[in-house]
Amino acid sequence: MSAPRRPLPAWAEIAALPLINIALAFVTVGIIVRIIGVDPFHALRFLVLGAIGSSEAIGYTLYYTTNFIFTGLAVAVAFHAGLFNIGGEGQAYIGGLGCGLAILAFDHFLPAWAMIPLAIAAATLFGAAWAAVPAWLQAWRGSHIVITTIMFNFVASALMVYLMVNVLIAPGSMTPQSRNFTASGKLPSMQEVLAAVGIQVAPSALNLSIVLAVFCCVGVWVFLWHTPWGYELRTMGHNPEAAVYAGTSIKRTTMLAMCLSGALAGFVGVNELMGVHQRIVLDFPAGYGFAGIAVALMGRSHPLGIVLAALLFGALQQGGAELAFEIPAITREMVVVIQGLIILFSGALAHLPRPWLQWMLALFASPRSGEVPAKRAEGS
Amino acid sequence: MTAIPAIELQGIQKSFGNVHAVRGVSLRIEKGAITGIVGENGAGKSTLMSILYGLYHADAGEIRVEGRAVRMENPRDAIAQGIGMVHQHFMLVGTFTVLENLVLGAEGGALLAGGLAAARAELARLAREYGLAVDPDALVADLSVGEQQRVEILKVLFRGARILILDEPSAVLTPQETDQLFRILATLRERGVTVVLITHKLREIMAATDHVYVMRQGQIVADRRTADTSPEELAELMVGRKVLMQLDKAPKRPGDVLLQADHLTLVDERGVRLLDDVGLELRAGEIVGIAGVSGNGQTELLQVLSGIRAPTGGRLVVRGRTIDPHHPTDPAEMRDLGVAHVPEDRLRQGMVAAFQAAETSILGYQEEPPFCRHYLMDGPAVGAHCAVLMERFDVRPRAPGLRSSSFSGGNQQKLVLAREMAREPKVLLVGQPTRGVDIGAIEFIHRELLKSRDQGCAVLVISVELDEILALADRILVMFAGRIVGEVPAGRADERTLGLMMAGAAPALSEVEGP
Amino acid sequence: MDDVLSFVFLMFAATLRVATPLVLCAMGGLFSEKSGIVDVGLEGKMLMAAFFAAATAAVTGSAWLGVAAAIVAAEAMALLHGFACITWRGNQVVSGVAINILAAGLTVVLGAAWFARGGQTPALESEQRLMPLFFPRAGDSILVYVALASVPLTWWIIERTRFGLRLRAVGEMPLAVDAAGISVAWLRYRAVLLCGLFAGLAGAYLSIAQNAGFSRDMTAGQGFIALAAIIFGKWRPFPAFGACLIFGLLDAVAIRLQGVEMPGMGEVPVQLIQALPYLLTMFLLAGFIGRAVAPKAAGVPYEKEH
Repeated sequence: MSAPRRPLPAWAEIAALPLINIALAFVTVGIIVRIIGVDPFHALRFLVLGAIGSSEAIGYTLYYTTNFIFTGLAVAVAFHAGLFNIGGEGQAYIGGLGCGLAILAFDHFLPAWAMIPLAIAAATLFGAAWAAVPAWLQAWRGSHIVITTIMFNFVASALMVYLMVNVLIAPGSMTPQSRNFTASGKLPSMQEVLAAVGIQVAPSALNLSIVLAVFCCVGVWVFLWHTPWGYELRTMGHNPEAAVYAGTSIKRTTMLAMCLSGALAGFVGVNELMGVHQRIVLDFPAGYGFAGIAVALMGRSHPLGIVLAALLFGALQQGGAELAFEIPAITREMVVVIQGLIILFSGALAHLPRPWLQWMLALFASPRSGEVPAKRAEGS
Repeated sequence: MTAIPAIELQGIQKSFGNVHAVRGVSLRIEKGAITGIVGENGAGKSTLMSILYGLYHADAGEIRVEGRAVRMENPRDAIAQGIGMVHQHFMLVGTFTVLENLVLGAEGGALLAGGLAAARAELARLAREYGLAVDPDALVADLSVGEQQRVEILKVLFRGARILILDEPSAVLTPQETDQLFRILATLRERGVTVVLITHKLREIMAATDHVYVMRQGQIVADRRTADTSPEELAELMVGRKVLMQLDKAPKRPGDVLLQADHLTLVDERGVRLLDDVGLELRAGEIVGIAGVSGNGQTELLQVLSGIRAPTGGRLVVRGRTIDPHHPTDPAEMRDLGVAHVPEDRLRQGMVAAFQAAETSILGYQEEPPFCRHYLMDGPAVGAHCAVLMERFDVRPRAPGLRSSSFSGGNQQKLVLAREMAREPKVLLVGQPTRGVDIGAIEFIHRELLKSRDQGCAVLVISVELDEILALADRILVMFAGRIVGEVPAGRADERTLGLMMAGAAPALSEVEGP
Repeated sequence: MDDVLSFVFLMFAATLRVATPLVLCAMGGLFSEKSGIVDVGLEGKMLMAAFFAAATAAVTGSAWLGVAAAIVAAEAMALLHGFACITWRGNQVVSGVAINILAAGLTVVLGAAWFARGGQTPALESEQRLMPLFFPRAGDSILVYVALASVPLTWWIIERTRFGLRLRAVGEMPLAVDAAGISVAWLRYRAVLLCGLFAGLAGAYLSIAQNAGFSRDMTAGQGFIALAAIIFGKWRPFPAFGACLIFGLLDAVAIRLQGVEMPGMGEVPVQLIQALPYLLTMFLLAGFIGRAVAPKAAGVPYEKEH
C-alpha cells in the first residue's frame, strides 16, 4: 500500500474502471435479490424490459434521465470547484418553488412563450439562492459546506411543508398541493412535439425539459473548459493556493460554483412541475439530489459521462418501478439500494479494481513506450 | 577501521517505478563517530536512510547492525535495534505537550498516568546528560523550531537509540542554532552515540563530521575522512564536474525605482508582527537578494508584494499606484502593473499538478488575450504559447499536453519561470528559485535571472541558500523576525556577518563598513 | 409547586429520551472523527441497527438478541466505511453518504421482503422491548443509563489511556504515529469499530426502547444532529453531550408548543420548530458562537508520503 498510485491508460480510466465499478454494484444487488428469495436474472430481465421495452417505457426512462442530468451536473460543477454539494434535494425543491410561484403569479396574464422562460429563470434563481446561503457560510465563515447543505435540505423540507399546507394549498383541496397551472404554465410533452413533426410515440412524462438538459450539458462543458471563470473554478478545486496566486477570489468563486450548482438543481423543478404535474406538489425531488452524487461520480464529473450515467439511472428508475410492479417481493426501494451501492463503488471504492486492472494490463501489455519518467523526488 | 561498525549496508537497491533512487549502495558507519552523507537534492540520501529506518523496504541488499544481519520491516524494528531518526519535517503532534510527544509509541502501559510520570523523570535525566533543555509541559506548537528539533532528538534518545540519523537538520535553523546543534552532536559522540548526518551543505560536513560519504544519483561515489578533504573536492564529487561557485555577472546599472515599499507591516490575528516596518526599493536593472532563514517574514513579504495579502500598515508604490491598507490590491492587478511572481512553493502555489502543462502555463493570465477573447478561451493559442515557453526555457519533455506533475522539479520550475518572464515584467519577484532543482537547471535559472536584470527588469530574489544570494544579488538585504536588519552591497558581503544578521545578532547595524 | 416540579421532571425526562440516541451516536462519532475519519454515515448505521434490532426482537422474542443484532449490523456498516476509507483511501464523505442511502433502501427492501408490511417490522410486545427501569412515565430504559455512562467513559478512554493518546495523535498527525512504528490503519479501524458499537446501541434504542418497532426512515436526521453535536462540542465528549441535551430539549419543547399560541406571534408553525435544530446548527457553524477546530487530519486519507 506504500507504492504510489500509477495512472492507468486513458481508456481504462475513463471507460473500463467505471464499468467495473458498476458491475460490482450490480453483482452485489444480485446477491441481495437472491437473499430475499428472487432469481436475480429473472429480476434483471424485468428491469431491462421495463426500462426500454416499449416507447412508453423509453419515454419514462428519458424523463427520469432528465432529472438525473440536472442534479448530476449540479454536483459535478461543485466538485470541480472542490466543493461537495449534498444540498441538491433542497435546491431542487426550492427551485421548483420558484418556478411554481412565478407561474401561479403570472400564468393568467402571460402567454406560454413568455411564461415558460420566466418560470425557468425563477427556478434557477431560487435554486441558486438556496445554494448561496451554505456557499456564503463556507466562503465567509468557513462553515463546512457538507454539513450546511445537509442541514439546508431539512430546512427546505420543513419550509415547503409549511408553505404547501398553510399558504399555497388550492382552495378546497384535501392534499397539500397548489391549484393547477393554466395552459401557459405547461411545458409541452415530447409526444406533442414529436407528433408535430410527424413522429408518433406513446405518451409519457417526457417533456421539453430534456432539451433544456442537453443545453445545460453543453453550457456546463463550455463554461468549465472554455471560459476563464471555469478555469479559475477548476483551479480552485485542484489547488486553492494556486487559485489565489492566479488572482482568483476564493469567496466569489465559491459563490459562483454553488449558485450555478443550485441553479442546475433547480431545473428539476422545471421538469417536474412544469413538465409533469402542472401544479406545485410535495416531495418531487424524491432522491434525485442524492442520486446526482452517484451520477456525477460515475460520470467523472464530465457532461458526457454524466449523460451516460444519467441514462443508466433513468433506466434503473423506470425499470425498477416496473420490476416492483411485476415482482411484489421487490419494492421500489431496491432502486435506492442500487444507487447507494453505485455511490459506494464509484465513489469511495472507486480504486478497488485498480490492482486487478493493472495486473491484467501488465499481462497483455507491450513494452513501455514513450512513458515519461516520474519526476525527481525532492530532498531525498 | 577494524572495529565492528555500528551499521553496515551492502548492495542496497531501491526503485520507485522506473526511478532508481538507490543503486547498489554499500557503506560502513563507525560506532561513536559522526558520519556525513552528502549529496544534492535527489541523490538518494533520504531514501537510503528511510530504508535503514524501516520506512521503505529495499528491493535488494543487506543491513547489518553491530555486525548482525537484520530485516527492517518497519520503524519498530529500527527502534528495537537502537536506531533513531530525526526527520527534516518534524513528526510532532502540535496539540500535544512535549511529554506526550515523547511517550507516543512508548507509553509504558495501557493507562497513561504511570507512563507519563516515568517519562518525566527520564526526560529530566536525558536533559541533564546531553544538555537538551526543554519544558516537558509546553505545547509543541508553541515552541521555536530549534526547540522542536531538540524534542525530536529527545524522542529518539528516550527510546534508547544509540545510533542517531539526522536528515537535513539545519534546514530550518539559523547559523547560531546550527552551531548549537553541532555542539549537541559532539556531546552525543562523547557519550558513545553514533551519529549519521544527512545534508547537502558542505560547510556542515567540514565542521561537524569525522567521515563523509558522497552520493550522486543513487550511488556512493566517494568515501573520505573529513580531515583529508575539502569543500571544493566534495562539491566536485557531488556533481561530477567542477562547479563554478561564482557566475559571471556584468556590473549593474540600476535605473529608476519601479517598486518602493515603506514601513510595510503585517500583523496577524494573534497579534504577531509578521512584517515589521519593512522598507525596500527595487530598481530597474538590479537584483536585490533577501537572505534569511525561512520563517522570518520572507513568505509574508512576497505575499504582500505580489498582492496576495494586504499589509496592515505602511505602503507600497508600484509604477504610480499606491497600495496601502485602505487601497488594497490583488494578484491580478499586480500582474496588470507588470509585477510577476515566481512563488516559493511551485507545487502549492505556482502550478496546478493535475492540469496539463498548457493550462499551467497561463496560470494568472487566463483572462488575457490571446488566451481569452470575448470570454471564451482559445485552446490552440494556449497550447502554442506553452510550446514557445518550453522551447525558450528548455523544458523537457516538450509536451504541452502532459500533466504538470509529471515533469521533474527543475522542469516545473523552469516552466513557472518561463511563464512569468515571458510577460516581460517590470518587476520580477522570485522566491526560492532553485528549491528542489537539479544543478543543470540551477545554472540555467540563474542565467535567466541575470538576463532579465540586464534587460532592465527589477528583480527580487528571496532564498534560504546564502550561496545563491551571494552569486546573484547586486544588493543583499537580510530579514530576521519580519524586519530588514541589514543591507550590504554584494561586493562587501561575507557569510559570517550575514549569518549574524540572519540570527538577529548584529545589533542595530544598517550598513556594514559604511556606504 | 407540585405542578411545576412535575413539569420540570417531565421535560427533563423527555429531553433525555430524545437525547439518548444523539448522545450514543455522538460518542461513537467522536472516536471516528478524533482518529481522522469523518463520519457522515452515523444516520445510516443507526438506521440499519434499528431495523435489525426490531426484526430480531420480533422474530426471536428477545430484546437483548435484538441489541446484539443491532450492534452487528452497525459494525458491518462501520467496517464497510473503514474498508473504503482506510484501506482504500476513498473519499470519506462519499462513503458516508453511500452508507446512508444504502441503509435507507436496504432496511425497507429487507423489511418488506421479510415482514410484508411496507417496510415496518411487526409491533413489539413489552417482553420484546427494553422497558423503563425506574420511572415508567419517563421512559428510562437501560440504554438511557448506558448513554449517560458513555460520556465519562468516552472521555476517560480518550484522555487517560494509551489508546486514546494514539487516537488523538493519529487524527492530528498520522505521520508521527507511523514513524513511531504504530499502525495508523489498525488505530483507525478500532476507532471506526467503536463508532459502530455506539451507533448500534443508538439504533437499538430507537426501535426497541423508545418505540415498539421499526418504521421506515425512523432515524429522521438524528444521525446528522449527532454530527452537529460533535462539532458544537468542538470534538470533546462533555461539551458534545451538552449539545445533545440542548437539541433534545428543543425537540421536547417543540412537541409541547404545538398548537400553543405565543404572545404577539400567533401559533408557532410546527415546521419551524422542527427546523430549529438545523437552523441552530447553521448559526453555530457560521461561527457566531466561537470557532470549532476539527482534528487536523480529519477527512484526509493517510498515505505513506516520503
